[in-house]
Amino acid sequence: MQITQEFDFFVIGGGSGGLAAAKQAASQGAKVGLADFVKPSPLGTKWGLGGTCVNVGCIPKKLMHFAALAGELRKDQVEAGWINADIKGKHDWNRMTENVRSHIKKLNFQYKNQLNNKEVKYYNKLAELEKSNIVKLIDKDGGVEFVKSKFILIAVGGRPSYPEDIPEIEKKVITSDDLFWLPNNPGKTLVVGASYVALECGGFLNGLGCDSSIMVRSILLRGFDQEIAGKIEDYMVESGIKFIKEAIPINIEVIEHNRRLVTWKQKGVQHSDTFDTVLIATGRKSDTSKLNLERVGVKTNKNGKIICTIDDRTSVANIYAIGDCVEGRPELTPTAIKCGQLLANRLFGGQKKMMCYQFIPTTVFTPLEYGCIGYSEEEAINKFTQNEIIIYHSIFKPLEWNLLESHYAQACMIKLIVMVSTRRVIGLHYLGPNAGEVVQGYAVAIKLGATKEQFDATIGIHPTCSEEILTLTAVKGIDNPQKEGC
Amino acid sequence: MNPQYQYDIFVIGGGSGGLTVVDEAQRLGKRVGLADYIKPSPHGTQWGTGGTCPNVGCIPKKLMHMTALIGEIRHELTATGWQGVDPHSKNDWNILVNEVQRQVKGINKGNDDWLIATNGITYYNKLGKLKDDHTIELIDKDGQSEFVTAEYIVIAVGSRPSFPTDIPNVKQLTITSDDLFSLKKAPGKTLVVGASYVALECAGFLTGLGYDVTVMVRSILLRGFDQEMAERIGEFMKIHGTKFIRGTIPSSIEDVDGKRLVKWVLNGQEQSEVFDTVLLAIGRSADTQNLGLEQVGVQTNKESGKIIANDADSTSVPNIFAIGDCVQGRLELTPTAIMCGKRLIKRLYSNGNQIMEYSDVSTTVFTPLEYGCVGYSEEAAIQKFGKDNLKIFTSEFTPLFWNFANRKGTCYAKLIVKKDDDVVIGFHYLGPDAAEVTQGFGVVIKLKAKKSDLDNVVGIHPSVAEELVQMQTWK
Repeated sequence: MQITQEFDFFVIGGGSGGLAAAKQAASQGAKVGLADFVKPSPLGTKWGLGGTCVNVGCIPKKLMHFAALAGELRKDQVEAGWINADIKGKHDWNRMTENVRSHIKKLNFQYKNQLNNKEVKYYNKLAELEKSNIVKLIDKDGGVEFVKSKFILIAVGGRPSYPEDIPEIEKKVITSDDLFWLPNNPGKTLVVGASYVALECGGFLNGLGCDSSIMVRSILLRGFDQEIAGKIEDYMVESGIKFIKEAIPINIEVIEHNRRLVTWKQKGVQHSDTFDTVLIATGRKSDTSKLNLERVGVKTNKNGKIICTIDDRTSVANIYAIGDCVEGRPELTPTAIKCGQLLANRLFGGQKKMMCYQFIPTTVFTPLEYGCIGYSEEEAINKFTQNEIIIYHSIFKPLEWNLLESHYAQACMIKLIVMVSTRRVIGLHYLGPNAGEVVQGYAVAIKLGATKEQFDATIGIHPTCSEEILTLTAVKGIDNPQKEGC
Repeated sequence: MNPQYQYDIFVIGGGSGGLTVVDEAQRLGKRVGLADYIKPSPHGTQWGTGGTCPNVGCIPKKLMHMTALIGEIRHELTATGWQGVDPHSKNDWNILVNEVQRQVKGINKGNDDWLIATNGITYYNKLGKLKDDHTIELIDKDGQSEFVTAEYIVIAVGSRPSFPTDIPNVKQLTITSDDLFSLKKAPGKTLVVGASYVALECAGFLTGLGYDVTVMVRSILLRGFDQEMAERIGEFMKIHGTKFIRGTIPSSIEDVDGKRLVKWVLNGQEQSEVFDTVLLAIGRSADTQNLGLEQVGVQTNKESGKIIANDADSTSVPNIFAIGDCVQGRLELTPTAIMCGKRLIKRLYSNGNQIMEYSDVSTTVFTPLEYGCVGYSEEAAIQKFGKDNLKIFTSEFTPLFWNFANRKGTCYAKLIVKKDDDVVIGFHYLGPDAAEVTQGFGVVIKLKAKKSDLDNVVGIHPSVAEELVQMQTWK
């Protein structure tokens, strides 16, 4: 075994976490190497450097969500006097994906440049652990080399999982790995799943003019506030999306014209329908199976997720892991980035700061967007009991929606969960336009322990949706959340 | 309740502040009187209940601004694959104005219905004038008077656009924001005179709607705001088609075949141009003339006409209060007038002890590239704390969706931090959805958060707001 290079820090996985850790470690003076290799999806889809977020996650998702929302704005344009706004114009899928792809490729290139500028050695090879301080790198033609490193970071993320009970399913369906690179309009689509991935994709596909159905086994957005999940569903139903509830697919067949005949069971009764595309979004699994973790002694849980301590250490002293492949971490880009940077600072910068996973804000980019921080109503009641919390709520209508009567007035909602004893805000839920933009600032306030009174003492900006959060008076269980008047 | 008076509290002016006082007082069971009357603009423009904000301010302004923005999205519509989009088609002014007025009248109706239906409120569509410290004269449109008495009087008459005094016939030859939002004919080629947020917001959306717009600025843009941000706003507007004439004011305006011939002097040379419309936005003056203030002894600032009130909103006559735009030293904003009114009623009737605070109030300028800010401008911070005691973080960025149609211009964020205690004293964001981005940070600044507190928070991805918790480079 010939060692071709020695590093202080070797990162396996060039996604959000891996890239951030590599760059930060290099900034701290470490000699860094990074290996990133995308195993093609079962349908052969591949992509470049940057991981899930850039290539098959956050970025293309948000761009397509934006395209769908922009399409909706055409009706507002007519109302507001724009002449020749054609609300019936069709959507050209290829034009959109061409533009999305070109942006993603720019980002791939930017990341390569950043690694170069920071003198991080980049290997477009598949990595495996050979020993606790040696990494085996395999290129696309099978050529092998070995590198040695003082510290190793595993940041391999996850990939979509497939249901296990349908034969040859991997060839008959697509996942989010394939959706954003699909060469043709997906057409009449069945999305299977109830995760934010399922709802976001079903949502924008509908907005782009595809006949969309979403098949859900039980509840929507497990883990999120269920009252809000219900309103998200209502809005999506109003927008024309069909939900097939309490159902799971039992068979998928490829039929003529490359369509899919899907059979499912709903309340004991069998149904079937044909679709152009079936998109599976039933969850993601950690991409750790081919890393040789067992041989080296890195412990994982039964789902393949690596078990780490609070400071990102695995069961092997010099091997660390961050991001989606680690048990118990939120599967989000910004947490992986921060975690990676803090780890690099601890290993090479003499710093001590650890990642804090409390009060992390997040946003679901469904057709009506949902931003949240802290406890859902269910989590709060579970942890603190109903008596110790008070919930303020409001149903509001954004000013811009007045341009059109067809946005329905009860769609948007805000919920604030407050501790009775301390008046501290422990949960904020905003369902409305621009949710990510609205919620970000409040995340800082909530992490600082802001009280309802401190919220109320802050003067609003008028006219906005966000100011509604500072003027909540209706209490859930006592008052109607709906306001009257301007 | 004092039986000596007809009303426990009488409010003159049914705008943001006035209506709040009326609402809060009637909730407490008080006998409330309200007089709201709109003196027509020089062109005869009038409007309904609600004051400046819903009729000729915040609301119609934002609707027109949004219309301009959704017009711009046509470029992204094409780039994201939507077919049949004409990115160069015009905006039909009459359709827009009708839609805006439909919204405005909806708000008027909501206010009117509420005023009529709510027990304890008597509403007069009459011009209020102080007769003595407990008596108000109410004059209707035909000049007929009636008199009412009240224990407390609240003056919330707001302000109206100002006119220059040195241009003959200026009121007939120009329009103001009082007229713009209900203008019967499209404004056409427009000269906006002024550099206030009103001037820039109007110039901005008029440009976005497709009109040929020039802004004439005497000296600086957005006086009182952070000047680096103000100049960036101006640059962005220029890139997107608004013309600027800097360093001068109109010397004359004449009617020429129904159009406006405007003359000015620049660098010693006289210049002129013909416009369809001249929109004046040089400032606003308190609407306190003919209120009977002098005769009753309510002190005002002689120059500005603004009423002088103390921290408890009391004027020089103890039972007469004043809130909102018509008061000296107040921020001219709807939300501050509302909060001020709420706290006033709490103090008067519910043992409240909170006075209004005007520091660290978040605000947003709805220019084509929107600007949200809280706290100190860079100039004010340097003046108060000294340049060496400050660390100024900056970031230039491009919103994700701008990549589709390669939008021109740059977004920018700035955090002003005190070196000694790391407290963030100034927040400045120039980019899309500025108001929504800024609002949450308004709470943060009020909490005297540190830069490290912002950095500790995980960003929401992808968003523009996350830039503010990831700022690493400083000036």
